[in-house]
Amino acid sequence: MKSMKKSKRFNNGLVYTILIVLSVIWILPILWIIMISFRAEQGAFKPYFFPKALSLDNYIRLFSDTQQFYFFRWFLNTLFVAICSCIISTFFTLSVSYVMSRLRFRLRKPFMNIALILGMFPGFMSMIAIYYILKGFGISQSLLALILVYSGASGLGFYIAKGFFDTLPRALDEAAYLDGATKSQVFWKITIPLSKPIIIYTVLTTFIAPWMDYIFASVIMGDNYDNYTVALGLFKMLEREFIHQYFTQFAAGAVIISIPISILFISMQRFYVEGVTGGSVKG
Amino acid sequence: MSQIDYLMMPWYKKIPYRIYIGIKGIVLGLIAFIIAIPKRTVKICKTIGGGVLSYFRAFRYGDIKTKLSFIIMGASNALRGQIIKGILFLIGEIAFIIYMVKVGVSQILGLRHLGLVEQGWTFDEELGIDILAEGDNSMLILLYGVFAMFIVIGFILLYISNIRAAVTAEEIEASGKKLPTFAKDIKDYFDGKFYKTLLTMPIIGVLMFTIIPLVYMILIAFTNYDNMHQPPGKLFTWIGFGNFKTMLVSNGLISSTFWPILGWTLIWAVFATGLNYILGILLAMMINKKGIKYKPLWRTIFITSMAIPQFVSLLVMKNMLNAEGPINVLLKNWGLIERSLPFLTDGNWARVVVIVVNLWIGIPYSMLITSGILMNIPDYLYESAKIDGASPVRMFRHITLPYVLFVTTPYLITQFIGNINNFNVIYFLTGGGPSTLEYYQAGKTDLLVTWLYKLTVNSKDYCYASTIGILVFVLSAVFSLIAFRRSSAYKNEEVFQ
Repeated sequence: MKSMKKSKRFNNGLVYTILIVLSVIWILPILWIIMISFRAEQGAFKPYFFPKALSLDNYIRLFSDTQQFYFFRWFLNTLFVAICSCIISTFFTLSVSYVMSRLRFRLRKPFMNIALILGMFPGFMSMIAIYYILKGFGISQSLLALILVYSGASGLGFYIAKGFFDTLPRALDEAAYLDGATKSQVFWKITIPLSKPIIIYTVLTTFIAPWMDYIFASVIMGDNYDNYTVALGLFKMLEREFIHQYFTQFAAGAVIISIPISILFISMQRFYVEGVTGGSVKG
Repeated sequence: MSQIDYLMMPWYKKIPYRIYIGIKGIVLGLIAFIIAIPKRTVKICKTIGGGVLSYFRAFRYGDIKTKLSFIIMGASNALRGQIIKGILFLIGEIAFIIYMVKVGVSQILGLRHLGLVEQGWTFDEELGIDILAEGDNSMLILLYGVFAMFIVIGFILLYISNIRAAVTAEEIEASGKKLPTFAKDIKDYFDGKFYKTLLTMPIIGVLMFTIIPLVYMILIAFTNYDNMHQPPGKLFTWIGFGNFKTMLVSNGLISSTFWPILGWTLIWAVFATGLNYILGILLAMMINKKGIKYKPLWRTIFITSMAIPQFVSLLVMKNMLNAEGPINVLLKNWGLIERSLPFLTDGNWARVVVIVVNLWIGIPYSMLITSGILMNIPDYLYESAKIDGASPVRMFRHITLPYVLFVTTPYLITQFIGNINNFNVIYFLTGGGPSTLEYYQAGKTDLLVTWLYKLTVNSKDYCYASTIGILVFVLSAVFSLIAFRRSSAYKNEEVFQ
């Protein structure tokens, strides 16, 4: 009996050691970038690991520079795009998922299959065509174009929200229909008030997307620096001609962007898990 | 072979048997799919034929007002009192005719050649010098042609709904009831036809930003729109399956780039998915182990890494792995190495590093997904296994893994397809590099999708990029097909509700 306890303790000790080592590996890059963001010495790479002096200069310069890297403006751009596209996409996603979950009509299955097929093409295969279509409308390189690109096709991403609507009891709807409610009344007055979690999830994920996207933004904006988003700007800072001067500012920018997004993500991880496992299992 | 026979087999026979079953499944699935195609086509043709026939009958047996609305749209409705509805149909028809006469017909005809007049210098008699004569722009001709085709399709749908409305109006009148007023029609869009109201805007969005661009790019795959044929200077035109031939079977540089990249893409997808998955389960098991304290703390540590925007964490990683970056600095300071390790600059190193860094990003994901499932595995399974003297490895292989796999197969397949299309890790970490002369416009770590990106953005070989896009689609479609055929959840979607 004693030896078993001992081996258990040894086992747990082993697990603790592994967990600590792994935690260090996982935390190290994050610590490093935070450290760099406070580093007083400029330049990209130093022959030593820990900074010699710390300061807030990088953050101050990041937001006060208006010449080469107008970070504050890019920040506002991204915020604007994120708010607009999150409103449109939330509306689109919720309407499509509600229709697919609750309403029955002839083309329902075909629509769902088409959505599935469209999702299998690589997303940015059509990037260039979208760019020319936007150019045809005369709005390429503008923030409006970016909003449209982020939210336009959001109707296709209905699977997770549909999974949620599927779990709402149907009896509520039917009771309302018996009382003479129309379908639109049921949608607005019964389903929407009950769907707070999925609305929050959709709003947050669509709000975060513009902060993380680099590819579409880079193709659509090209060299129009005024309308850059933060992701484009931060990527630009690491280009060969800028990296030595701006590396520490890049670190500061990265930290500033990551903090709110990380907090949002950690607070909604529950929905995320439900979305991925539940959503996919329920089809 | 029965279940018992399988269990009795030694392990070295089990593996080939599994592979055999897997391949058989894929082949049978494909055959079933191909066999289903003609059946489906016949069914669709029948539906369309039946539809046309019913409209023909409507024309033959309808009264004069209904007959009139086959030529003047909305006539039946307008003459029976639904004036606004009728006028709306008529406006649609007039607008379409004006559009077709003015530009539509020439736009659709333009699709035949994609432009004939090349831009060039012509001698101007009046000025006495050469001037630049504008030629046709194949790119715009194709784009407008695609738009025109969609407008025609839209008009056909409008026309059909016009005939339906005409027939319904006649039927209602014949039965002696009152026709619904316009206000009542509108009201119906918030009740019986509420789905149409909700779907209109999202579908327009999907059409504009997914379907039309996709159709355009698919068509591009059948043209020679590469960097030698760039509008407005040059024309491009249809070449059929030429690009697929160049990509798949020719001996040229492009096909000798395609096959190695396809191979690497599959290797990458298998490793990135499999390793992340298994190591993620192991991590989740360690955190969930009885007697381990501070579980939420451990979980949060690992989740933090996935909460950071990928482009930030990957760019940070890239700089950490730089020849002068902190990892090399640390190793040098500790005296472990003398010269910097070529993490991202040597082909083979870079491939391994990319997979390893992807572990950093991916393990927390699968940890998070599988943790909840692990907690649901009943304890008695482990206890009885322990009494039978099973080793931890055996318990993992025969209890944990099958249990988790059962629940997460769809997730695993989506992960696999996601990794075939994994742009971020490769692009931000190595940019596809180290570049090599053996490949056309690609580096040693490029996946098909990053190669596609480079072909569009850097070298403007749009036709090859589109061809790759279609091939990636075929690849994903085959895997999803297998996955969805096997997941009963998909088949029983209605039952679940």
